[in-house]
Order: sequence, then structure tokens, then C-alpha cells
Amino acid sequence: MKFGVVVFPGTWSDRDCGWVVDQVVGAELTYLWHKDTDLKGCDCVILPGGFAYGDYLRTGAIARFAPLMEQIGEFADRGGLLWGICNGFQVLCEAGLLPGALIRNASLEYRCEWTSLLVERTDLPFTAKCADRDVLRIPISHGEGSYFADPATLSRLEQRGQVVFRYCDPSGRVVPAANPNGSMHNIAGIVNARGNVLGMMPHPERCAEAELGGTDGLKLFRSVADNALKVLVS
Amino acid sequence: MDERKLREVALTPDEYKVIVEQLKRAPNEVELGMLGVLWSEHCSYKSSKALLRRLPSSGAAVLQGPGENAGAVEIGEGWAVVFKIESHNHPSAIEPYQGAATGVGGIIRDVIAMGARPIALLDSLRFGPLPDSTRHFDGVVAGIGGYGNCIGIPTVGGEVYFEDCYASNPLVNAMCVGLVRTDQLVRARAEGAGNSLLLVGADTGRDGIHGASFASLELDENSSERRPAVQVGNPFLEKCLLEACMDLAHTDAVVAIQDLGAAGLTSAVAECAGRVPGAGAVIDVALVPRRERGMTPYDVMLSESQERMLVVVQRGREREVETIFHAWDLTSAVIGEVTDDGLLTVADGREQVARLPIRLLTEGVPVRRLVGFAPEPPFDLVVDALPPLADAGATLLKLLASPNLSSRRGIFRRYDHMVGDATVVPPGGDAAMLRVKGTRIGLAMTTDCNARYCHLDPHLGAQLAVAEAARNIVATGARPLAVTDCLNFANPDRPEVYWEMEETIAGLAYACRVLEVPIVSGNVSLYNDSGGESAIYPTPVVGMVGIIDDYGKRLGAGFRHDGDFVLLIGSSHNDLGGTEYLKVEHGYVAGRPPGLDLTREQAVNRLILAAAQSGYLHSAHDCAEGGMLVALAECCLLGGMGVRCPALRPEPPLRLDAAFFGESPSRYIVSVPSRAMPEVQSLARRHHVELSLLGLAGGDVLEFEGQLKLPLADLRDAWEVLVR
Repeated sequence: MKFGVVVFPGTWSDRDCGWVVDQVVGAELTYLWHKDTDLKGCDCVILPGGFAYGDYLRTGAIARFAPLMEQIGEFADRGGLLWGICNGFQVLCEAGLLPGALIRNASLEYRCEWTSLLVERTDLPFTAKCADRDVLRIPISHGEGSYFADPATLSRLEQRGQVVFRYCDPSGRVVPAANPNGSMHNIAGIVNARGNVLGMMPHPERCAEAELGGTDGLKLFRSVADNALKVLVS
Repeated sequence: MDERKLREVALTPDEYKVIVEQLKRAPNEVELGMLGVLWSEHCSYKSSKALLRRLPSSGAAVLQGPGENAGAVEIGEGWAVVFKIESHNHPSAIEPYQGAATGVGGIIRDVIAMGARPIALLDSLRFGPLPDSTRHFDGVVAGIGGYGNCIGIPTVGGEVYFEDCYASNPLVNAMCVGLVRTDQLVRARAEGAGNSLLLVGADTGRDGIHGASFASLELDENSSERRPAVQVGNPFLEKCLLEACMDLAHTDAVVAIQDLGAAGLTSAVAECAGRVPGAGAVIDVALVPRRERGMTPYDVMLSESQERMLVVVQRGREREVETIFHAWDLTSAVIGEVTDDGLLTVADGREQVARLPIRLLTEGVPVRRLVGFAPEPPFDLVVDALPPLADAGATLLKLLASPNLSSRRGIFRRYDHMVGDATVVPPGGDAAMLRVKGTRIGLAMTTDCNARYCHLDPHLGAQLAVAEAARNIVATGARPLAVTDCLNFANPDRPEVYWEMEETIAGLAYACRVLEVPIVSGNVSLYNDSGGESAIYPTPVVGMVGIIDDYGKRLGAGFRHDGDFVLLIGSSHNDLGGTEYLKVEHGYVAGRPPGLDLTREQAVNRLILAAAQSGYLHSAHDCAEGGMLVALAECCLLGGMGVRCPALRPEPPLRLDAAFFGESPSRYIVSVPSRAMPEVQSLARRHHVELSLLGLAGGDVLEFEGQLKLPLADLRDAWEVLVR
């Protein structure tokens, strides 16, 4: 099992994701440099949080042109596990690997705080270790995390069950007060139709150890690690 | 010499005379500009130098004291913590967003220059009252977030106060904390004649020319015309610079790293060479990569363009180092070399444009002998004349909603305070704490200063600032390690302001000696004054770092366990002078600040640390502004749990208002599981510290029987006024 964490200039969750993969989960880890053109045989590629290329112009708009992105697109087409977190989600949307876009928070302010997420899919390699309709406590940290899509895209996502995480209150109710950024339908994370490309705004790598305030993020990392083990065995 | 010309470079006729005497000739225009910036108050400390020598700066664990880019203290397991605080007041007054952003960028580079990876930021802020100061407040908070969030360093702490005296002179003091292996600590010493000077990072533009001189004048109605003196930040570029500098640890070709801050290239080269006796440097401005055309040598030498570093590289190994920077798409250029002639020689291609002795630049400025004179003491407070407390509950709600005491969540949720996976005590309590990954070590950090106390009594106020910082560290279970200070004052040419400086520095020195915390770095900001009435309070901000050997034993401030005993540790007196209660309820800023006995302070701190170490405490929180009752309300709000207490009946002469809202220092609120009560009581006896039982934690109201009874929801509504 091998995780690859992509490093663009301006990425900052690379080391946190790497820490969790390597030190907490104990899986194999490699960093993937944006100028490289080789995924080094990774089973799961993480596009981490940060401000790739400064997020100048628009979040993720420049990162999608990085040399490594071509390989990442092909990797996703082959069914490889691709996981965009925060800025990584924004890059996936810009690259057309996921539908919709992330726009400015409704508050027009950056938000770094804990949120509750309702898990709506547990049949995915990313969420296999979550209970049905599990509520996860995972923090956000972004200024542009409001999920937006046109009505047709949105209803397609809903019909096909591509919404994986929704902002909810601690008891699991999806209510407007629990929406930290104005995302449509309280969407915090979505998956592609095939189920191998996940994008989410919250940061699971920030809550994989009790001393950081919670361990719900670890469920996602463990899901991927164990799923990939199964893939290798079969 | 034309006086107007001198004023432009902020030199006095007397200083000019010294320059001519020393050089035995008149300086040319470039030289005059270089001397002007380096002899500015901001760079030379000419008004404060004599006083600063009184501060204690040594200690067994200190690896680097003042004089370098930042201080460094050993923390064990091969690690050193590196930290410094710096002001960016004048730029933030003119252009709040960029002023604050570049303040953050500048202090980060100071830590990087020591070879350390920055792990945390803190910001100490002062504004005039809202809503009038909204432009300053919003701009500064957005600027701090804009820079810190983008570069990926968590902003974990700080403080903000609102007082009339900061209306035209807001204060923005930024602190950065970093970590480095002790054997990889870098110093900015230009050793070895022939070694190359490599300029790295942003191209040089015209921004920020005369910034240092600008920061050394009073702000006036023409100050906004000085806007070109404010720099613009690019956090993305600095992130790349940061990572590249971390990669430099893989090579031994680097001799020194120096940040380019105030006074730009002039200061960076002069300081770097100035730290090595006899060293000099020769640079060619034609080799400096530029952002715009038509820049003169004067412009290049004085530019304060951000995100630049000077790297001294072993001769012949330039390519090796440049490869590292190029991997991050950073521009670098060899612009000169180290010499052994003690001179800074500047050429523009073949033409020599300046040649000045390094010592004249860095140490030549005549130290200003200023006179301090105590002003009329502020009017005294006759405590007995105050009416008795009418409604403790109503007063508590009023205090919780006061801008100086209300919840800071509305601010710190705009800052990424979690990136790095190290924040084990988040902002909102006493000090923040970060773990040192790969060890069990926790580093607690805080900034503190109650400037109202300092205004009423600068000597005592400065001591109280140090004590308060230490208590915030101790409340997390950590022991104070060392201090960085940012001394903000008005115009020192006024005798009463210089007196404030003398008193403040004496108070700081005394408290740091008794509490055994050396001051390892710092900064002085003067002329925070728009003339006359608008002078700021003396504001000596104390940035403190503490250490806990096992962060598993850290303490939070909130009540978390139903049925815990809630205790007040320490003694209360009629300390109402200078309190928030006096201002909010009675409208006075008056009296003598709370009395402080540093020996007692030490005893109380030792008791808390011993109890925390033995696992007897479930929480600890310092009693600060607003007194015991506000601290108690905070414990409830932070833990989401109430407390029930019998009526408070203080023993005369202690008044009820002073018992609730007085600000006697050296006090904590702790929660203790019932089984540990005997041990805590015997520890208190052994340390000769007073301990009183307030009540029991639990439920969702804060109650003193018959005196006040408030649901947590009402407390929260009052407290979270800044959270929209």
C-alpha cells in the first residue's frame, strides 16, 4: 500500500498528510513533486491543502496546469484512488475531475473551526470504516470553500448519490445553521460517478490523533489503507 | 548642508557633523541615504540603547540572546526554540492590511534566518474603540490572516485591546516561534573574506523606500502621503523562500542567512558584516534583480521590497546553493562578496557609488542622551468612595461584553490555527501550546500587556505584564522559559515619555530577574504619537515561551468534570485601581494598579506546576482583567459547564466588588477532582499559598447563592459580541 502526497509550490498540508500516513497509520509514503511526471507506483494520490501557486487568479486555477496533473488525470481514469483535501478539492474542480466549483465563503471571511459532517456513502474506499450515517467531527480551514454547481449538475449529483459529506449539527441534522460557508445543499465533499475520486473541504489529516482534538479523520485514512490492502490481496 | 535634505533622510545637523568628522569628507547622496536609514531610531535604537542594556538576557539554556535575527533557547532532545516579536505599527496605521501582513512576513523571515522552521505566530494588537477604529481593526485582522493562512504557519495566540489612546496610533506587534536542531542553528555573520553574497527571493522594487525613517517619526496629517513607504506582501513567494531555506540544511555551503527588513539591502549587508570584527563587503547594485526600470543605486540600496534574503555562501559553491533556490523557482543572484577591509563598498557596474566604514553605519550613531521626568501622578482612587456593588450578575454581563474582555473567537477563527498538526492547546484559553513532533515536549506561548496598568504606573505595570505572561504559561502546566519583548512608546523626546521608558525597562528587568526568564530578543517602537494628547500608553508587550516535558500533562482552562471542586488559589485584596470594572462600571481609568509581590507570585506558580505535574488538577485558569468572576465565567464558557457556589462573603476589609471584580494578581481558578483535594490542600500549605473553595462544577448555570444566577447561554450571548 503506497500513498503519494502531491507538493505544489504553496502547498502546506503536505507534511500533515504525510505525518498521518507515515507516523499514525504506518503506511508507505512518498511525496510527489509538481514538476515530476511519475506517480512512483502510488495506490492513492492525495492533493493536500494549501495555496498552490498562491491561488493567484483563482483557487486551483494555475495548479491544474502543473506537469504532474496530466499523470494524475490518467491515474484517475484508470481507477486509481485520488483524494483532494481543501485546496486539493479546488484543484480537482478546476481540472474537471469533479463537477462544480468552490467559491468565496458566504461570510466573506476565512474560517478555521470544527464542523460536523454527515457521511452519506459508506460503500467507498474512502469511507468504508464509517458507520452508516456516521457523524464525523472534522475541522475546516478555508476562505473559498462554498460549494457551487448549476442546478442540473446539482440534481445529478444528488440523484446518483455523489454527495459523500454534508455539514450537519452534532446530532446529524443537516440544517442551515451548521453550514459554515454557504455551500449549496450543505455539501462538504463529493465523489465522481465511478467512486475513485473524492474531493472534500474539511481536513481529516488534522484530526487523526486525540491530542489534536479528535480522531475521526483517522477513519478515512484507515479506510483507504485497508481497502488498498484488499485490492493488493485480490 | 541643506536642512531640508537632512530631514528627508531623518538625520539631524549634529549627526551630520559627526558623519563628516568621521569620514573626513562630506558623504555623497547614496551614502547619506544609507546612513539616514541605519541611523534612524528604528534601526539604531539610539534613544533606547542605553536603557536596553539593563535587561537580563542570559541563562543556562540560552543559545542566542539579543543581537541576532532572533533569540534561541535549548529545549532538550536536540531541539532549540527560536523566537522574536517585532512591531509594524506605523505601516499598519497608514495601510492596515499590508502593514499587518508584511509585519507577519518580516518576523517569519527573522526566524527562518536562524535556520529554524517557523511553527507558530502570535499577534498583540491595540486599537482605538470600535466602531471608529473598524478600518484599522478589520484591515489588520484580515492582513494577519491573509499572510499567515497563505504561508501555512498557524496563528495560535495574541491579544487585542481597545483604548482611546490608540485611535490614531494602532499597535501591531507580531511574534514568530520556530524550531531548529541545535546543531543547525544559523547565525547571520559574514565570515570569510571572498565568500559570496547571494540575494534571493523577490525582485527589488521601489516599494518601502525610507520605511525605517518613516517609522521613526511622529505620524501627522501628511502621513498618508508617505504611503509609498508601506510595503506590499507576497506570502506565496515567502512560502517558497521558507521551504528553500529549509532545504539549505542539506548543504554545508551556507555561512550565514540574513533577512532583508527595514532599510533593506543596506541594513542586511551592514549588520551581517558588522557582527564579524574587521569584516566588510563589496556589492554591485547593477547585479541586483529589479522589478522596475530606472532605479538608481540609491533606490536599490534603500528599497524595502519584501520576501528577500541575503545568503553568505562559501566561495566556489554558489551553484550548489542556487540549485536549491531554483528548484523553488526563486530568483537568486550573486551581488558581491565578503571582504576584510571593514568597509561597505557599493558599486554600480564599474562606478563606485558609496564607500562607508561598517562600524560607522552600525555603531556610529551618537547615542541620544534624553532626560526623563516624572509627570504628575494620575489622580488617585479612593476605594472607599466607590458605591457598593448593586447587581453582581448585571455587572458580570456588562464586563463579559466589554470589547477588552469579550470572546476572541470571532478573530481567531479567521486565522488558521491548526496547520502543522501540532496545536495541542488551541487559542481561546490562557497560553496556546504546540507539541514538538517526535517528542513529548510541549511549548506554551503567549503575549501579554495591560497597558492601562503601565499608564498608571509604568514600573509596576511592566512587572505585571511579565507576571501575567508567566501565569498564562503556568496555567497550561508549562514552566516559563524565556521572553521576547516589544516596547511601544510615544515620543521619547518628551521627558515624561522617556521617564516611562526608564521605568518600564527597570520594571521588566526586575520581574524577569525574579521570575528567572531571560529576554532573548526584542524590538523597540517609538514615536507612536501624533503629538500631544494622542500619545499611546507605554505598552511593553511581553511574548513568553514556556515548556512542559510531557504535553500529555497539559491543562485547559475550562471545567469538564461534573462534581469537581472549584478553587481560587492565591489571595484577593481591594485591587480596584486600573481595573476593567472601574472603567466599565464607573468610567474611571485611575488609581494604582494591583499590587504585585513577585516572591508570592513564584510560590503560587510553583504550587500550580507541582499540582499539575502530579495530575491533581483538571483545569487551571489565570485570573486577569475582570477579576475572579470573569475568570470563573470563562472557565464555564470554555468547558461548557456551570458552577454552583454558596454566597461569597469576603472578610473585611475586602470589599465584595473587589472580591468579584478586583484584579489582584497571582491568582488562579482551578478545578480539582474530590479525591485529590487533600493533596492540593497540603501542597498549598507547603507553598504558603491561600486557597479557598468557591463551589462545585456542574450544570449549566453560574451561581453564587442569593447574589447572582446566570444561565451559560446568557453568559455566552454577552461574551460573544465580536462573533457575528
